[in-house]
Amino acid sequence: MKQDWLPPLLIPAIAIVALPLVGSPTSWVTLTVAGLAMGLMIFIMASGLTLTFGLMDVLNFGHGAFIAVGAFVAASVMLAMAPWMTAESLWLNLAAVGPAVLAAVVVSGALGWGFERVIVRPVYGQHLRQILVTTGGLIVAEQLLKVVWGPDQITLARPAALRGAFLLGDVAIEKYRVLAVVIGLAVFAALAVTLNRTRLGLLIRAGVENGEMVEALGYRIRRLFVGVFVAGSALAGLGGAMWGLYQETVTAAIGAQVAVLVFIVVIIGGLGSVGGCFVGALLVGLTANYVGFVAPKVALGSNILLMALILLWRPQGLYPVAKR
Amino acid sequence: MAEPLLSLRGVRTNIGRYHILHGVDFDVPEGGLTMLLGRNGAGKTTTLRTIMGLWRAAAGEIRFAGRDIAGLATPDIARLGIAYVPETMAIFADLTVQENLILAARSGPPDAARLDWIFGRFEALKRFWTLPAGNLSGGQKQMLAVARAIIEPRRLLLIDEPTKGLAPAIIANMIDAFRELKDGAASLLVVEQNFAFARQLGDTVAVMDDGKVAHTGAMAAFAADADLQQHLLGLGMGEHQ
Amino acid sequence: MLRALLSDDLPRSRWLAAALILVVVGLAVAPFLFPGAKSLNVAAKICVFIVLAASFDLLLGYTGIVSFAHTMFFGIGAYGVAIALTRMGAEWTAVLVGIVAGLIVAIALAAVIGLFSLRVRTIFFAMITLAVASAFAILASQLPELTGGEDGLNYRLPAALRASFSLADGTLFGVRLNGRLLDYYLVYAASLVLVLVLLRVVNSPFGSVLMAIRENPFRAEAIGYRTVVYRTIASCIAAAVAALAGALLALWSSQTNPDTTLSFDIMVDILLMVVIGGMGTMYGGVLGAVLLVFAQNYLQDLLALANKALASVPLLANLFHPDRWLLWLGVAFILCVYFFPTGIVGSLRSRRR
Repeated sequence: MKQDWLPPLLIPAIAIVALPLVGSPTSWVTLTVAGLAMGLMIFIMASGLTLTFGLMDVLNFGHGAFIAVGAFVAASVMLAMAPWMTAESLWLNLAAVGPAVLAAVVVSGALGWGFERVIVRPVYGQHLRQILVTTGGLIVAEQLLKVVWGPDQITLARPAALRGAFLLGDVAIEKYRVLAVVIGLAVFAALAVTLNRTRLGLLIRAGVENGEMVEALGYRIRRLFVGVFVAGSALAGLGGAMWGLYQETVTAAIGAQVAVLVFIVVIIGGLGSVGGCFVGALLVGLTANYVGFVAPKVALGSNILLMALILLWRPQGLYPVAKR
Repeated sequence: MAEPLLSLRGVRTNIGRYHILHGVDFDVPEGGLTMLLGRNGAGKTTTLRTIMGLWRAAAGEIRFAGRDIAGLATPDIARLGIAYVPETMAIFADLTVQENLILAARSGPPDAARLDWIFGRFEALKRFWTLPAGNLSGGQKQMLAVARAIIEPRRLLLIDEPTKGLAPAIIANMIDAFRELKDGAASLLVVEQNFAFARQLGDTVAVMDDGKVAHTGAMAAFAADADLQQHLLGLGMGEHQ
Repeated sequence: MLRALLSDDLPRSRWLAAALILVVVGLAVAPFLFPGAKSLNVAAKICVFIVLAASFDLLLGYTGIVSFAHTMFFGIGAYGVAIALTRMGAEWTAVLVGIVAGLIVAIALAAVIGLFSLRVRTIFFAMITLAVASAFAILASQLPELTGGEDGLNYRLPAALRASFSLADGTLFGVRLNGRLLDYYLVYAASLVLVLVLLRVVNSPFGSVLMAIRENPFRAEAIGYRTVVYRTIASCIAAAVAALAGALLALWSSQTNPDTTLSFDIMVDILLMVVIGGMGTMYGGVLGAVLLVFAQNYLQDLLALANKALASVPLLANLFHPDRWLLWLGVAFILCVYFFPTGIVGSLRSRRR
């Protein structure tokens, strides 16, 4: 099967190039794990966005709202379950984190459903108005977050058992980052299996290529749209919850902050390609962490440079999906 | 005479500000193959797309098996038993040949007997079964597009230029396959520019010119009338493009 | 003569004309009508944002491009003057150098972004501009030697623009005739000129091509207009005017920092101004800017009233908290995109005469 293995090779390539720049191998390992964790969290947030665009030609500039909502909801639940969060037992911790994350996913998904109905549906096919309206949605959503949760930031301490780091010789690997990597890979695996081994996935992949033909084959693709949009916003909520725990503070601007990186990842990966999104997210996560260590001022700029270079190489992103 | 399977009356279609169909009238009888002929730009593809609901008719009536389908959404039209093979073939390139056919077989896994028939006629599909359909050659893609339309029994097949750009050997293959389809239960409405192909397979013919149907009737009669062919298609007998 | 001045782009509505006259005259006599440093500040800010909004309308309304990088050019113009005044002292030569430098950087950057990404689809371009603007904002706040970092730059304006400079003795209608007055009229006059220039641009043959490209890029390309070139030129003009607006702001307030020139909030404000005012009309930007600046100041008072009234229901009260004025404007924005795509100007014009 003709497979395009060049893009994934970029990941180890960047890691290798970074080693001499970072200098110390122990720092390099820490940064690499951090980069992978961050990258996977961004992947979770970006995967829904790229599918939504590939399938429906809709770009939701309000995607950051789902991220923020997820973070806030998770924070509220976790704060309410503070005793379990501060307990030393991993199981109690997870028993607090689990429902929090679940709540984040459900609420973001519900918000996504509402968003699609009210804001997005009327402007299908009109890109300019879509950009404007979804940006408006973002503004309103951010303000509503402040209405409900107040304008101040919320401090969110990680659960007791997930604080600190594993020590492998000289290398410190934060426990939370390991969890993030595990969850991120699990989400990727779930998406991969769904897309490649189920009929639903078949429909989505075909729909991304040519929605009209899928309709001509007798499938009501509209309903699929809503489902994918809701799934995408739910995933964004999951990512937001994880990101909030990662940063340990939650503000209404959290969505907007990470949204720029999410957009960069979606562009790099190729609109509509989950695989590209995965590779792009890892590249961005690694770049952000390596450059953040070596030259912190240009961390975001370096990701933009990365995006520019990739677009020069492949103008449609790493894995362009065959378009209509 | 039995009611036609598909009938169009006064169908007008506009795309943006352009008026493409100016009142299309014709019937597709049940069983057999109707050829939709006409010069480039006559509106043949637009007619098929309008029937399929991909473009909304601005006026007119489209009846299929007795019901009015002019306002229906495309998936609903397909579910009534109409299959569509577009001019661009619309193969899902990232999906394998197998996946393309699984998708086309709405009601369940593809029927083994039908698959065998398809492999028999289009053996390349068997060879490329688990490979991405984007790897197929033009002719093989066309085979896949047709295979998708027939993987399950359908009442009406709408096929847009099946022989475009194909080598003569493959065209011969197509002709045989279509003949067998005709003898089955399906009715076909085929748009073609290749008149030699059309002559061999068509039972009835509808010729379009400038957004309207200029002539309908039996293929045999049309094929015998060189003047009419010249007038409507700019062809002499026996020629093809 | 009025027709020539407005480049034949008349208001075409009694109400709109009245509103515009109110704005122009009101701003002209603002120092005398509303004496005091604070209101003068608001008036100057309105002038600057009118120019900024109008330049954004050139992009959004006339060319159909959504660019989230517009504030970046505003900031470039402001910082150009700020850095020059800081480094070269409070002289007019510094101002000139600052303006020219700002223009060059803005136009060059606009050209690069344009040529690189205007080939791609609307959505790609919007995302890319968002990313670039974010990076620029971060960069500006992290180069303290050059830009003063997060606190920005504080500098002295040329002598003629300072409060200590005296034009004439005594007062006129109770207002001191000093450098601040001069500064205000400098800003006012420049803003007026820039808006008229923009009107000229959009009503020229060039402007017609832009609108054709906005309506149907494929058709325009087919007819023979290189859409990328036209869009890039439009981007450069818009960027240049935005930079000049920034320069004016820097000349008015003797300090320039990332919050007042580069924040995403400003981008949101401009977006709101142009959409609510009316895209593709130029006058929409003018009215939108006035409306938004007023709303920022006075809507908050209105909301405070409602907030007090609902004090017993905390959640509802929060909806009307004065700080949440952006929420209501955001809702208005969304409603405008759906139901009033032509904005205030369009609504005024459709009320027949």
